Order: sequence, then structure tokens, then C-alpha cells
Amino acid sequence: MKFVDEFRNAQLGQVLAGEILAELEAGRSYKIMEVCGGHTHSIYKYGIDDLLPDNVELVHGPGCPVCVIPMGRVDDGIAVARREEVIFTCFGDMLRVPGSEYTLLDAKAQGADVRMVYSPLDALRIAREHPDREVVFFAIGFETTAPSTALTLKRAKAEGLKNFSCICNHVTIVPPLRALLESPDLRLDGFIGPGHVSTIVGARPFQFIPFDYGRPVVISGFEPLDILQSILMILRQLSSGRCEVENQYTRVVPGEGNPRALEVMSEVFELRPHFEWRGLGFISQSALRLSPAYRELDAEERFGVPGVRVADPKACQCGEVLKGVIKPWECKVFGTACTPEHAIGTCMVSPEGACAAYYNYGRVAKEREVV
Amino acid sequence: MNATDREQRVLQIIETARSKRPRFRDERITLAHGAGGKASQTLIEGLLVPAFAADSGTLATLGDAGLITANGARLALTTDSFVVKPLRFPGGSIGELAVNGTVNDLAVSGARPLALSVSMILEEGLESHVLRDEVEAIANAAAAAEVEIVAGDTKVVERGAADQMFLTTAGIGLSDPRASVSPSALAPGDQLLVSGPIGEHGTAIMLARNEFELDASIESDTCSLWPAVDALLSAAGADLHCMRDATRGGVASVLNELVRASGVAVTVREADVPVSPIVAAASELLGIDPMYVANEGRLVAAVAPQAADQALAALRSVNGCEQAAVIGEVRREPPGMVLVETSFGGKRVMDQLVGDPLPRIC
Repeated sequence: MKFVDEFRNAQLGQVLAGEILAELEAGRSYKIMEVCGGHTHSIYKYGIDDLLPDNVELVHGPGCPVCVIPMGRVDDGIAVARREEVIFTCFGDMLRVPGSEYTLLDAKAQGADVRMVYSPLDALRIAREHPDREVVFFAIGFETTAPSTALTLKRAKAEGLKNFSCICNHVTIVPPLRALLESPDLRLDGFIGPGHVSTIVGARPFQFIPFDYGRPVVISGFEPLDILQSILMILRQLSSGRCEVENQYTRVVPGEGNPRALEVMSEVFELRPHFEWRGLGFISQSALRLSPAYRELDAEERFGVPGVRVADPKACQCGEVLKGVIKPWECKVFGTACTPEHAIGTCMVSPEGACAAYYNYGRVAKEREVV
Repeated sequence: MNATDREQRVLQIIETARSKRPRFRDERITLAHGAGGKASQTLIEGLLVPAFAADSGTLATLGDAGLITANGARLALTTDSFVVKPLRFPGGSIGELAVNGTVNDLAVSGARPLALSVSMILEEGLESHVLRDEVEAIANAAAAAEVEIVAGDTKVVERGAADQMFLTTAGIGLSDPRASVSPSALAPGDQLLVSGPIGEHGTAIMLARNEFELDASIESDTCSLWPAVDALLSAAGADLHCMRDATRGGVASVLNELVRASGVAVTVREADVPVSPIVAAASELLGIDPMYVANEGRLVAAVAPQAADQALAALRSVNGCEQAAVIGEVRREPPGMVLVETSFGGKRVMDQLVGDPLPRIC
């Protein structure tokens, strides 16, 4: 496939891997966080970590939109889905995220009308086709997906659709990063910045990371060569004593972001005072809800969701894993109470989370030592 | 205890937990139990096998067909149900799948397919021409696969209790004297072959459902695998250690089942796996790995290294298998794992699917 294969060239990958090796300081170990779940996915898909020297470790960040949804929000969604009149719509990967007792897939098996959609506009179409039912869209994601939810809500309002509403779980990327950086025991040397989010918000919102916390950021594309190049750019900043936000993904990310998307978001959404993140706890001003002008489309208001908070188990140490303080296997519940089949924390929920990856793939590392 | 020892101990605990027989503890059946991944495995190995078979029973080998010996004759018996939506899709239909699916389960067990039974569950209100078309498809596919339909049943259920038409076929085959294949017979050094480009059936169904609003001409690969099996048996005989048709869950799921059954590992070279450009493009757009996409006319075979070249040549001479390829090999370590050497030069684990994003593909 032209225009994609060029960014997956194995020979160029080897060249970059060599340059990364040359940039390392002897005896130093490096921890670099890829913020976005999309990067984590590419890293696994292409085996990128396998090309890195042993002393460069990639830490999977909080940017997986599915993994960060806390159990209480899933329970709220299930409570709405179980109502007789409701057709509940959400993205497919949300179906298996565990609530306190059940997943949405379980609720579907128990009789709830839960349907997978690929876009919020599909949910809108279902609402038009079923005027006698209440169609609820369970919106998740960072700034990347929030604009499409916003546009859908605008259209629903313009069409005067009375049977469409939205449970808004949209979150923003900067507050959890700040929460991580605030922690005194942070062990991260640099950040691979989220490419897709940056197409919306631009590079500027990440300036605080080098400015306030002295860590380099490189906004990266999602192809394997993009990621290797971004790692190299971070290492070059570290070795030359620079510390700034660089944009590796210039072919897509404009410096100032997408003003029109930001405009529609600010019309439809407002910041929540605080929002709970699975594994990270409450973070203030870290999520969006519908603005007063759109409140009539807010399913939380329309159906009065229980809103019961379900605490993450005390022993869950996802926060420490995310900060790079402990390795997955050092968590008290890892592999015993918390497994991919019965996940407790954010890092175990998605197959791309740090703990799930280690649970499934830890043996490969062992094998590499044997060889 | 130092950190490395503690890490090893944690890994050991996980290893022990994984090697235990899964227990079926779910409160209700979800679509994940039908997806061919971990939940299906729990249902089969945790509930069905313990209830129906002793540990040494034929069922417990989890082959594609059960082998029975009666009066000196070695017979293979298998059954399969079909609930695909939509009933017709580019390259095939539910009737054709119902014949080929069962024929292929017999074939990859090393048995020449002899005869089938066909049961139909029909929804009240089904239009007769829809039924007529599928009856014709069944007859044509059976003729093409050279199997006779010798028994059948029909049931009609009230509207809503089934979706148009569900089919169940059972098949009986005669074990081929050249065959000594088993899911637990993979040996280190064996070469892994696939019989053609992968992922076409699942992609065709996905696109036929029109949920993605993508237009592409891709056809299901549904066909009888007996000619391919026949060619492999002639070329490799006892050096042919194992065959599987890579249906639900795709090549990735098949390989995971085999490494577990044989206690070995396999390495797949991603760059050597045949994928048509159109499947590659659709997978790219939809974020799906073709290795997990269903096939209805592709098999995976493990062949001893000394017979691999002639097996591949024999396979390629079969109509429809011209793009057959060696995609990897069996290794000793680490047992139970499928590793992929990515085309980018890295390595990763190709695990079993936890659930399938796309139900009712066959």
C-alpha cells in the first residue's frame, strides 16, 4: 500500500535502531512513556520494543480510552442499557470492559439491547430508524474522538431528534499527564506525545512538560519508523541537554491543532469539575460533559444514572506501574486477583495495557535470556 | 530473594494457572463463547469435554473430527452448525459453507469424506425462493466435493426464534491409510504451510454486511479441502504431522490450539504469509489482523522438514492453492506460544483472541 509501506521499511528500521544505540550513554537506563494507546498498539504489532537496546524501556501510558473508564461508569452504562425502552450503542472494544459485576456484553446476554457501532453517526441513524425507542450513545475517548461526538450531538439537536442522548465519558489528555508528572517518585525520562490528539489540540498544550517538569516530548506518528524516529529524537534531546516539545508527525499535526474541531467541542462540551480514572483515581478538570445548551441530550440527566462510585481494589497498583515505579509483576494482585480474564486495573483491561502485555508476553523475555 | 527470583516465581504462578484445565464459571453465555477464542475454549474444555469424555477419550483430543474403529474400518465423524449472516455473500452462501465446513473437518483429519446429513432450522415466514436457492447450493457443493447426502431433518420455529435459516451438517469419512495426523503431533523443526491467501472469507462477510460502507470485490474462499489434503498425503505421507482448517479465529487461533496440544512453540514469518492486497487494505482500514480472520477453504499443515519442499510443490499444483506458502516453523521453546517475526524486523506474541468483534461468520 503506497504511502503506508514506506513507513514500515525494515531496513530503515535497522538503521534507526543503530542510531538509537549510538545515542545511549553507557550504564544509563532510559524509560520513555508512549502516552497514547495507538502507539502501544503499533509497538506490539511491529515488535518495536524488540528492536530497542535492553536499557531503553517503553512504559505504556494512560492514553487507552477504554482502559481508563472506571467500573462505576460501566455500571452506569449497564443501568441505562437495561431499561426496556433503550437501545444502547457503543464502540466494540467497550463491550468487554468490566464493571463491578458485569460487562456490557454480559448485559446484552441478559437481555439488554446493546449494539456495537463504528461511529456516533451510526447511533444517530439507529435513532432515526427507531423513533419509538430511546437510543443512547456511550461516548468514550480523548480529544481525538470528542469532535465526532460533538458533531453528532449538534446534528441531533438540529434535527430535533427527541429519542437520542449520550453518556459522555470523553476525557482530556493533559490532566492525567500532569498528575503523573506531579508524582515525586516518577521515573520517566521522556514522552512520545500523542499524534492523533495533537491533530486536534496541536503541540502547544504539551509545552508544560519540558517547561514545568523538565522532560522532553516528541509528538509522534503511528507507523513503526515514526515511533523509532521519535525515540531517537527524545534520546538526542537528552544527550544534548535540550528539553522541548518536538513534532515528528509534521505530515499530519499542525502546530496550532484544528481550530474548527476545538470550536465545536467548546460549544457542545464543558469541563467536569473532576472525573475518576481507573487506576489513577479522581483527577480534576480531566473530562468533558455536555454544556448547558446540550444538556437535554445528556443521558445521565435523562435517565438519572445511579452514579455509584466503585472503588478500585486497594491493592491495585496501576498508578505506580504507569509512573514506572514498579514493574507489573511487582504489583500485589498481579497474576492472582488481577488477570486478563478478570481484570482489576487499567493496565490489565486492554490487551495492550502494560500488565496484560506482561502477563501474556513475559515468557518471551525469559526465552530471550535463554538464547 | 532477589528481584529476578521473585519475577521468576510470579511467572511460574502464571504458568501453572495457565496450564490448568479452564473452568467454566460464567453465569450466562455471551457471544464471546462462540467466537473461537479464550471463552470458547473455556466452554469446550471446562464444560463439554469433562461431561462427555474421559481424559483418554476421542473427544478429549479436540481434533476436527473424532476417529472411531469398527470392524477394522477407521472412520471419522464430525458435525458443524452454520448461522452466518447474511445467508448469501460474494463467493458463497450458507448452504455451500455447510457442506464444505464439514467436508473440510473430515479432510484435515486425514479422512476421505463419504457422506453427510443435513438438518435445517427454518424461521416461520422464510421465503421459499431463499430456501430453494440454499437447497441448490447444498446439492451443488456436495456434488463438487463428491459426497452423498444420506440423511436429513427439518424443523420450523416461530418468527424471531431463528434468523431465517440455521443449518447443521454431520459428516462421515474413511480414514486414509496414508494419514497419521494429530493436533498433538507437531515436532520441533516441522515446517508450517498454508494452502493460500488468508482472511478472505471473514473479509467478504464483513464487507457484505455493509456496516463499514466499504466497496471492494473480495470473495469468500469456501471450497472443499480434500484435493489439497489428498495432494499433501501423497507427497508427504507420514511426514505430514498435522492439518487444520483455519476457520473461526483464523490462522492465529489454529496455531494457538496446536502449540497447546503439542506442547511446542511456533514462529511465523509475517512477511511470508500470503495475504491478498485487498484483504490487507481492508484489514488496515478496519484495524484487524488478517491472521485472526476466518477462512473457509484454507488449511494449515505441519510437515517434517525433509518433506516440506515436495509437500509445498504438491499443494501448489492443486487448483486454488497456487499461492500456498511455508510461513514458519515449529520450535521447542517456549512451549504453548505462537511468536511472529514481524515484517518490520521485530518479534511479538500472537495470542488467542479474547473475543471476536464479528459474530456469525459461519
